[in-house]
Amino acid sequence: MPLKIAVCIKRVPDTETRIKPGADGKSIDEAGVKFVLNPYDEFAVEEALRRREAAGGGEIVAVAVGPDAAQETIRTALAMGADRGVLLKTDARVVDSLAVARLLAEDLRPGGYDLLLFGKIAVDDSSHAIGPMVAELLGVPCVSAITALDLTESAGSAEREIEGGVEVVEFRLPAVLTVEKGLNQPRYPALKGIMAAKKKPLEVKPVELSGSGIEVLELALPPERRAGRIVGEGPDAVPALIAALRNEAKAL
Amino acid sequence: MTGILAFVEQRDGALKRVSLETLTAARAIADLMQGSVTALVIGPPGVDTSSLGTYGADRVVVVADERLRLYQPGAYTAATAARVREEGPAAAVLSATALGKDLGPRLAARLGCALASDVTALAFEQGQITVTRPVYAGKALLRLRVTGRPSVITIRPNSVTPVERPRAAAVEQGSAMPAEGSVRTVAVKEPPGAKLDVAEASIIVSGGRGLKEPANFALIEELAAAIGGAAVGASRAVVDAGWRPHADQVGQTGKTVSPNLYIAVGISGAIQHVAGMRNAKVIVAINKDKDAPIFKIADYGIVGDLFEIVPRLTQEIKKLRAG
Ligand SMILES: Cc1cc2nc3c(=O)[nH]c(=O)nc-3n(C[C@H](O)[C@H](O)[C@H](O)COP(=O)(O)OP(=O)(O)OC[C@H]3O[C@@H](n4cnc5c(N)ncnc54)[C@H](O)[C@@H]3O)c2cc1C
Ligand SMILES: Nc1ncnc2c1ncn2[C@@H]1O[C@H](COP(=O)(O)O)[C@@H](O)[C@H]1O
Repeated sequence: MPLKIAVCIKRVPDTETRIKPGADGKSIDEAGVKFVLNPYDEFAVEEALRRREAAGGGEIVAVAVGPDAAQETIRTALAMGADRGVLLKTDARVVDSLAVARLLAEDLRPGGYDLLLFGKIAVDDSSHAIGPMVAELLGVPCVSAITALDLTESAGSAEREIEGGVEVVEFRLPAVLTVEKGLNQPRYPALKGIMAAKKKPLEVKPVELSGSGIEVLELALPPERRAGRIVGEGPDAVPALIAALRNEAKAL
Repeated sequence: MTGILAFVEQRDGALKRVSLETLTAARAIADLMQGSVTALVIGPPGVDTSSLGTYGADRVVVVADERLRLYQPGAYTAATAARVREEGPAAAVLSATALGKDLGPRLAARLGCALASDVTALAFEQGQITVTRPVYAGKALLRLRVTGRPSVITIRPNSVTPVERPRAAAVEQGSAMPAEGSVRTVAVKEPPGAKLDVAEASIIVSGGRGLKEPANFALIEELAAAIGGAAVGASRAVVDAGWRPHADQVGQTGKTVSPNLYIAVGISGAIQHVAGMRNAKVIVAINKDKDAPIFKIADYGIVGDLFEIVPRLTQEIKKLRAG
């Protein structure tokens, strides 16, 4: 049975980026920062592609909330194989997960999707929130941080890692799933895909954010770690290490 | 009520230790706003809640039903949201565990309120809660003011030290919700000798590619066992190579951890690894390359061959424990 799948994707700084607070002291200095598709969202896109391949058909829509530049991020998903893209365009730098979730839910609600895929977490704001929030707003089941997935026509079973174990969760479709690393191995866009992506439809819709009651006071670098020291070389340094851990650091 | 609702997590009928951290944080904020703390426990009948008063709960509400032994997202969200609506706390706080990271956002969306997730510090300033949370996987800290009420706050394990603040907490029964049907947790698979999770451990010994092959992780496991109560972590290089499960991975695409002690063995200290562990209180590095970046953030380092150093370290710690 062909599935209609939405994948929510975010444009984030590359994980190699050295973060520098900007002049406003509330967000990062974006000068020279390379932006990429959120790594967890690559797993979500890949899963959508595999499900479409397994079903022998279907449609995959990549949806992002973000600035104009997020069109590039959407093109990456299209190059991997998504069919079309939607940019909910705003220049606001959002820290309010619910505000983003509301925009996504509003756009996704009339879409008739069988499956709504998200990354587990965005590596910039690290909230781990948008997927479960959208599910709540749409009133559909959600399983977060999945590492295994079994789907039938109208239902599914997924596994999610918990502390020292794995939960097995059954759900009905339509459903929201957020994807943990390990579910699959994302493909690299092939040259053919990159060429094809340029011609795929990408709709841009301006949106307004409505806050839910949270505001940024400051974005700062974590305190520098106090300069450490090499206690010695080779196994003979072990007693000195243990002494330091016990007497100085009180960590043993 | 002016105060805080603390969601207390149980696993298989026993309270999780991390919940006492969350309760301690709730108590501290409630004291600053001169409010009270209600601890909410959802789970099977018979959970021992006696420690909740000890750690500062004024009241304990227990929603007990055998069908709530496992985390049932629908029923847990409904029961918690109902409590928040009834009591009108300034905030609901949860631990940022696998459960809390799932329940927190659902709760915020259902209540239509703000969420601050994975916070490492809370304060109360000019009548409002402020929080600090690591972003960019720990490369920066974001300070936020929570202006809405209520709000939902999840607290990262190991960021608060539990403190006893005894209260004569009255225990009430809350009403049990039937499990909602469209999503259901049917089982929890625990590997034999279930391991301590890196996200919850106060000491972590992590290994990297310097271990050369998967079997050598025995050295890391022996060291963790000798220390006692330490979890085994890993760099992405060895997770990607299939030596260790992804659950053990520390870093930007693994877990962000804040233990008291982090021992990095044969790990170079790539920016994505460091992002995940730089908030450890004390960092030890063992690496044969004196220029490895891990030494830049380590408090203590030993330069040399891990295959000589780690067995000696294990042996010395065992001696210490025996003495
Ligand atoms: C998008 C993205 C996300 C990533 N996320 C993560 C993440 O979450 N976590 C993570 O860890 N990495 C992550 N990485 C990978 C990261 O960039 C590094 O590749 C990885 O951390 C390296 O692992 P390592 O230190 O074990 O291996 P290496 O860099 O190969 O280091 C091995 C170290 O062992 C030392 N060594 C070798 N032999 C010995 C010996 N006999 N005795 C003592 N020391 C010895 C060497 O000197 C070296 O320093 C990510 C990368 C990307 C691109
Ligand atoms: N601005 C956004 N646009 C589209 N999807 C998003 C956006 N922000 C987050 N998401 C999705 O929600 C997931 C979790 O993000 P977060 O809750 O911000 O950690 C991401 O992996 C994406 O799938």
